[in-house]
Amino acid sequence: MNEKANVKVLDKVVVRFSGDSGDGMQLAGNIFTNVSAGVGNQVSTFPDYPAEIRAPQGSLGGVSGFQVSAGKNVHTPGDSADVLVAMNPAALKQNVKFLRKGGVIIVDIDSFKEADLKKALYKTMNPFEELGITDTVVEVPVTSMTKAALAESGLDNKAVLKCRNIFTLGLICWLFDRPLEGALRHLHGKFAKKPAIYEANAKVLEAGYNYGANIHASVPTYRIDTEDPRPGVYTDINGNTATAWGLIMASEKSGRPLFLGSYPITPATDILHELAKRKDLGVKACQMEDEIAGVCSAIGASFAGSLAATSTSGPGLALKSEGIGLAVMAELPLVVIDVQRGGPSTGLPTKTEQTDLMQALYGRNGESPVAVVAPCSPTDCFTMAFEASRIAIEHMTPVILLSDAFIGNGSSAWRIPEASEYPEIKPRFVPENLANSNWQPVMRDEQTKARYWAVPGTPGLAHRLGGLERDAASGALSNDPVNHEKMVLLRKEKVARIADDIPALEIACGCADADTLLVGWGGTYGHLYTAAQQLNDEGKPVAFAHFRYINPLPANTGDLLRRYKRVIVAELNTGQFADYLQAKFPDVDIRRINKIQGQPFLVQEIVEGVNKINEE
Amino acid sequence: MEHITDTFTPADYKSDQSVRWCPGCGDHAILNTLHKAMATLGVPPHMTAVISGIGCSSRLPYYMNTYGFHTIHGRAAAIATGFKVANPEMTVWQISGDGDGLAIGGNHFIHAVRRNIDINIILFNNKIYGLTKGQYSPTSDRGFVSKSSPYGTTEDPFIPAELVFGARGNFFGRSIDVELATSQEVLVAAARHKGASVTEILQNCVIFNNGIHNAITDREFRADRTIHLRHGEKMVFGKNSEKGLVQDGFLLKAVEIGKDGYTIDDVLVHDAHCQSNFLHQQLAMMDGKELPLAIGVIRDVEAPTYNDEVSAQVESVRARKGFDSLRSMILAGETWEVK
Repeated sequence: MNEKANVKVLDKVVVRFSGDSGDGMQLAGNIFTNVSAGVGNQVSTFPDYPAEIRAPQGSLGGVSGFQVSAGKNVHTPGDSADVLVAMNPAALKQNVKFLRKGGVIIVDIDSFKEADLKKALYKTMNPFEELGITDTVVEVPVTSMTKAALAESGLDNKAVLKCRNIFTLGLICWLFDRPLEGALRHLHGKFAKKPAIYEANAKVLEAGYNYGANIHASVPTYRIDTEDPRPGVYTDINGNTATAWGLIMASEKSGRPLFLGSYPITPATDILHELAKRKDLGVKACQMEDEIAGVCSAIGASFAGSLAATSTSGPGLALKSEGIGLAVMAELPLVVIDVQRGGPSTGLPTKTEQTDLMQALYGRNGESPVAVVAPCSPTDCFTMAFEASRIAIEHMTPVILLSDAFIGNGSSAWRIPEASEYPEIKPRFVPENLANSNWQPVMRDEQTKARYWAVPGTPGLAHRLGGLERDAASGALSNDPVNHEKMVLLRKEKVARIADDIPALEIACGCADADTLLVGWGGTYGHLYTAAQQLNDEGKPVAFAHFRYINPLPANTGDLLRRYKRVIVAELNTGQFADYLQAKFPDVDIRRINKIQGQPFLVQEIVEGVNKINEE
Repeated sequence: MEHITDTFTPADYKSDQSVRWCPGCGDHAILNTLHKAMATLGVPPHMTAVISGIGCSSRLPYYMNTYGFHTIHGRAAAIATGFKVANPEMTVWQISGDGDGLAIGGNHFIHAVRRNIDINIILFNNKIYGLTKGQYSPTSDRGFVSKSSPYGTTEDPFIPAELVFGARGNFFGRSIDVELATSQEVLVAAARHKGASVTEILQNCVIFNNGIHNAITDREFRADRTIHLRHGEKMVFGKNSEKGLVQDGFLLKAVEIGKDGYTIDDVLVHDAHCQSNFLHQQLAMMDGKELPLAIGVIRDVEAPTYNDEVSAQVESVRARKGFDSLRSMILAGETWEVK
């Protein structure tokens, strides 16, 4: 290994790769993430990509970014980057705001010609001065070095230029003391079927690394501390894949085959992709003709006896509303996954928000209660997809899983669990003593109020379900006014009783007996956790609690909230969860921190928000 | 007519719910025929599912002693698709009307047909919305006067058969509510066909569209204005089978056998199993005016079904990859160990 001068040891480091959406920044970032996780770092990523597949090359609209934080105590991809890679002037212009003061910028100086600057709408020929950059800029001739490294490769110019990202990756690997073996392994996996491309990338990776070694005098290099994680076998996982796998685990633990009915929609489509691959585990994933057919085919599969799910984002959830209402009425298990994005309407398809909470809770006709849960991190998507399935099956109800673009696309290292770490899921099949007598499809378990499930194909249990109101006792169609009210309250009570079957709300970190409780839900956990830690470190005591079960809320919610003088709800919307809590607990002093910019919180924004409220 | 099996009688498929359709509604006849068709097929009630959308006809599952699901407007085809993929051993029927199936549910209808999911779609066509008390439907003729078209409609209707062929359908049959034997024959053939089948039944709504099919179905001239097609048989019609269909250039023509030099040898023989749907479509488009309306099984061609293909793909990929659990699949990918 090269000798390193000026090595800094860091707890964690944040790198942001940026370039044209065709420059392969996501790939370079992903490989760096995997390599870091492989050496024992905690990692958290934030792919930030444009809605357009290919905006004009070099234009501001076509910039794609990938931010990763690696090291110890990593719960977020970081507020700002220590190192920014900018493959062209447009990427620099769009991303310089994400660089921390005193950070390092690495640019491909070959892409900073007059024409490139014009495409990115610079007014002068000195982009660094124009942007007011005072940080260290390392000008690397990435394009020409890549071309030189591949001069003998026989690849055409286009193929050669596609390797620029890997040159940069090699340079970053040198900068952060990452052995190349891990990166080579990932490249080999990626290009297993194209040996010539693999060879070229391997060569360029090494060239980038060596280039770093040769210029080391001008840049400080870093060694990132590693954490001692729990022993086990690990993999890198993003939230959407974790969601898909959580459903499969629930299928294994319930013995119910998994069916997915879906329709492509950003940023949820990867769940469909993953489950379509998992035919190798017996999953039946169907790409249907529209969102409505997605949920309806799942309802059909649920009636047929499967663990059935549909995956979508906000606009799709709107289209599925009537179908979810049918599952409420027919009391069938159903998992609806909403990977939230910026709205309303088409909104910001690739950006993150928490703006579908009210839609999930109330967005249906009639009194139509469903369970709502929300994973808090990419890896928690596995657990909460499992939980959504467990609740759906054991309580015979639709469950909406509110993920979001940030955790759906973000990834982190994940210890692969043993099946024994998850509980058995017990479908409520019709008990034998009832099956032999006059069984009716409205008969239910008294404790949970969950209806019994009769799987079609079972002799003696033929029955009819439907969207019409039924008599609570006989199951016959009924317009009786008193019966309708009874059934409405029964369906409400059934969902409310799920509270007996979920974990209590706990203080996740901070000072439990502080005056202020910071509260969040879903995908903001990492930012809020880090902010709460920082506040306590700064001598400003605050407790932090995070909700993953939204409806029903954990049974101890009221008691816990009332222990604090004020409860600050931080969320990526205009205050939907704060309103929800306030309506349920009018005596609690609820304050708000909100952001609706299609971007995750910055830790600093939460710290400042809490300080401001506490200083009022 | 085929005999009903010994195993099941039509009564075995009847539920104890009282039937709520209007007296004289064509749905009663279709329901009875369906009970008989099911008994003929001999599939046990517990292996049969009947799935419907919304509308008068969609009440039908309540009158069946099978598994049944009365769902939401227009979506029955999508729900039946998920059901059949998840539980392919069951025989699945989908009940739809012209509004439910071709207006609000038009997208699911064409995709169920295109996908060739093995379900039996019965389309009750009364050319009217009955349950909402009398609006025109997507099969109402141009100019049709209804509550929502007081001056007549200004749009052309769908012809269900044309839609089925446009969606590359492999089974299309047609009957009339009062033609009990024909309905039973077509429904049995539809169920035996592997893949999506569409059976259109011209049905009379006594309250809001009484007599809409009379120009064809009236006993006085039904024999002249309809033709019962049977695979392998000559295409003859008329009270005494004195008329036939012949090819005339690119088109079909109705002739009187023995007149104008036409003999029985000129009359076409029906081939429901022909891969090309060219003649099937011409036959299905006959409307009882120039040419008689075709009833019976018009097209019945084997093709791979969606549910079989999904199941087969699952089995082959499973066998090839050999994973026994989620964990074994994940461990076969990119991982690292922390000790």
